[in-house]
Amino acid sequence: MSETDVATEAHEDAPVASTALFGQAVLYPDRGAYLATVESLRDEGYCTATDLTIVDYLTHPGRSGLPGGVQPERFEVVVGLFDHARRERVRLRIQVPADDPTVPSLFDLFPGTEAMEREAWDLFGVSFEGHPDHSRILLPEDWVGHPLRKDEGIGAIPVQFKSASDRR
Amino acid sequence: MARVPILGDISGVLDEGLEGLEHNFVTARIEDLVKWSRARSCWPATFGLACCAIEMMATGAAHYDLARYGMEVFRASPRQADLMIVAGRVSQKMAPVLRQIYDQMMEPKWVISMGVCASSGGMFNNYAIVQGVDQVVPVDVYAPGCPPGPETLMHAILTLHDKILTGELTSRREQTGAGAGFDLADFPAPEPPAPEPEEAP
Amino acid sequence: MAAVRLDLGDDERVRRRDGSAVLRMTEVEAADLVLDPSDPVTGERADERMILNMGPAHPSTHGVLRLLLEMEGETVLRSKPIIGYLHTGMEKTGENLTFLQGPTNVTRMDYASPLFSELVFALATEQLLGIEVPERATWIRMLMCELNRVASHLLFQATNGMDLGAVSMMIYGWREREEVLRFFEKVTGLRMNHNYIRPGGVAADLSDGWQDDVRHLLDIIPPRLDEYEVLLNDQPIFRARLQGVGVLAPAEALALSATGPILRATGYDWDLRRDEPYLAYDRVDFDVVVGTCGDAFDRFAVRLEEIRQSLHIVEQILDLLPDGDYRTQDKKVTPPPRARIDESMEALIHHFKIFTEGFHVPEGEVYAAVESPRGELGCYLVSDGGPKPYRMHIRGPSFANLQTLPHLMHGRLVADAVAVISSVDPIMGEVDR
Repeated sequence: MSETDVATEAHEDAPVASTALFGQAVLYPDRGAYLATVESLRDEGYCTATDLTIVDYLTHPGRSGLPGGVQPERFEVVVGLFDHARRERVRLRIQVPADDPTVPSLFDLFPGTEAMEREAWDLFGVSFEGHPDHSRILLPEDWVGHPLRKDEGIGAIPVQFKSASDRR
Repeated sequence: MARVPILGDISGVLDEGLEGLEHNFVTARIEDLVKWSRARSCWPATFGLACCAIEMMATGAAHYDLARYGMEVFRASPRQADLMIVAGRVSQKMAPVLRQIYDQMMEPKWVISMGVCASSGGMFNNYAIVQGVDQVVPVDVYAPGCPPGPETLMHAILTLHDKILTGELTSRREQTGAGAGFDLADFPAPEPPAPEPEEAP
Repeated sequence: MAAVRLDLGDDERVRRRDGSAVLRMTEVEAADLVLDPSDPVTGERADERMILNMGPAHPSTHGVLRLLLEMEGETVLRSKPIIGYLHTGMEKTGENLTFLQGPTNVTRMDYASPLFSELVFALATEQLLGIEVPERATWIRMLMCELNRVASHLLFQATNGMDLGAVSMMIYGWREREEVLRFFEKVTGLRMNHNYIRPGGVAADLSDGWQDDVRHLLDIIPPRLDEYEVLLNDQPIFRARLQGVGVLAPAEALALSATGPILRATGYDWDLRRDEPYLAYDRVDFDVVVGTCGDAFDRFAVRLEEIRQSLHIVEQILDLLPDGDYRTQDKKVTPPPRARIDESMEALIHHFKIFTEGFHVPEGEVYAAVESPRGELGCYLVSDGGPKPYRMHIRGPSFANLQTLPHLMHGRLVADAVAVISSVDPIMGEVDR
């Protein structure tokens, strides 16, 4: 199939590309090969980065669907790129270990990922090397913790029944 | 002089303001006039946050006209506003801003908490949303709905008008709302889920 | 189709990305800013430079958006949008709600066009489930979404006009919106945040006599759009405030991940409905509206014309909508009709399981995208085989579009800042989630 061939040819050092589910091509580059893979995809014609997010697999470590040779880690950085000319999307899933949650930043290649990476840092605590403004974006600047991690609870409090004041 | 014709005993005015007047039928009529005019020109401050703001704007638009109550002028400056309709969910980051806008409003002022998110946190009982805006400001009328339609908001406004017309003229509000008296220590957070032991992939 | 390679002019990208437009300072630094008069770059007019705070409680920032504007006199040099004042933890909430409850959560993200968020969540879930949605449900979804696009663009016209001072436009825009919302209330039960498009189909069939209601909309809205053109387009003050303001180049827009009318106004011809068709968009005929120079006036005009195109699609749907089921008949996914619960034990059990535990979605991950009125709205859904999403991430178009703000405002007057924000049309619910 054309998309698989194009993808595997261009990135010999990226492990198996799987046209995983539903006709969507997914690549699994190593953390070290991440920037080079994205750069070569951009040169091929993937002109825009649609999305960058993180998934915390702490409570689902035995996930299936990873091709052989890819070592699953706690965090996965998921990047979506889109080639408008060929109308093709590609998704990259980069494994990031919990004890060293850092990946290179895509800001120099795709400036549109600036806010997305800030959000990822804010909610998951994965830092992006080379990001120009590494600070919280959604939560207050003095917030402690990274709420979307699986080991942080949702923070619900029991319903309070308040007596409204009678005083007019 | 202590007694003035029509107004009665005015000796307490310098110390207690209007409350120092002896109530009689003339002052009662003046009070009614003042309360009537307060109710009929209650200018809201723009505090639309989320989805409820869209319904608030719809209430101000031509079909569900708020101008019939004299309230179509949404003042941007809190100094010129009488009513703060908190329309939408208040996040932890927004709460200090809400309190500051409330403090900048001048007495007499009222607060309508529009929507379930403003009244009690709504469907979002989580780390990010203040569980009821009455933890930050004292609220006069709560309007439920997600979002409350324009008719519900108008019902809330009419309830507020009723409260203005029948309430004390010189009432000063408590500084805190009904929800502010709780201590988070009384509500221990549930244990976060323990991570599963690593399985071999 | 021949590959169209964009000439991404390096100097233009570099110029905009070297910090010349974006202010990267924390609030504390901005508050303590002291400019050194002897500094060769900033020192010249140090006494005229200041950092001004705009928002978050501001009548023209379209919700709770805060901007730090570094200004020299009246000119905006660099700016920094500060968001997060409406952060609701919806992605975390989504992990605690079943797939059937999911649309109630995502619908409140983009509250001006809630049906699109529901649609993208439902599409992602259905892909993971591997189920086919009946034809009629697909066409109903398309009808409701296009009407929602009309309502959202009318909201934009109203708020855009009001921000620029044409306050009567606010009232006119809402007048039409009320008509559309009345139809929505009749079909879905709610004016906003409908929870109508659910995994498996839609919640209820179209109401009786819906063709007459839709024809009524098709009769009254187009002449009023012509009224708006007379009121706004032909007015010299409106044009002077929008033309040439906030110009964006196509390469910049793509680099900043901007999509939707912002991208199309720059002259770049890209619409997911035509280029990556979903639902039944490949079976209806419509034009993709593209601007010429990427200024605020183009963004306004693109959206006005998109209303007409959406009404054209609605007209075709009137004739083409097929009969059939409005939701899939798969018993494991769709709750049974209430009457069946009294008759059949199996139906009762299915009802119970679906509403308490939720239906299980097979393990996997998928990304689905639709063209919302603001751009590419995507949903990245990861399931671990359970009844609740393991991770639900919504790619909000306004979140990415807001990154263009500093570049649009660079070098413009502060009065243009309002026009620019309004033309970007952010909805803070989907920015902050």
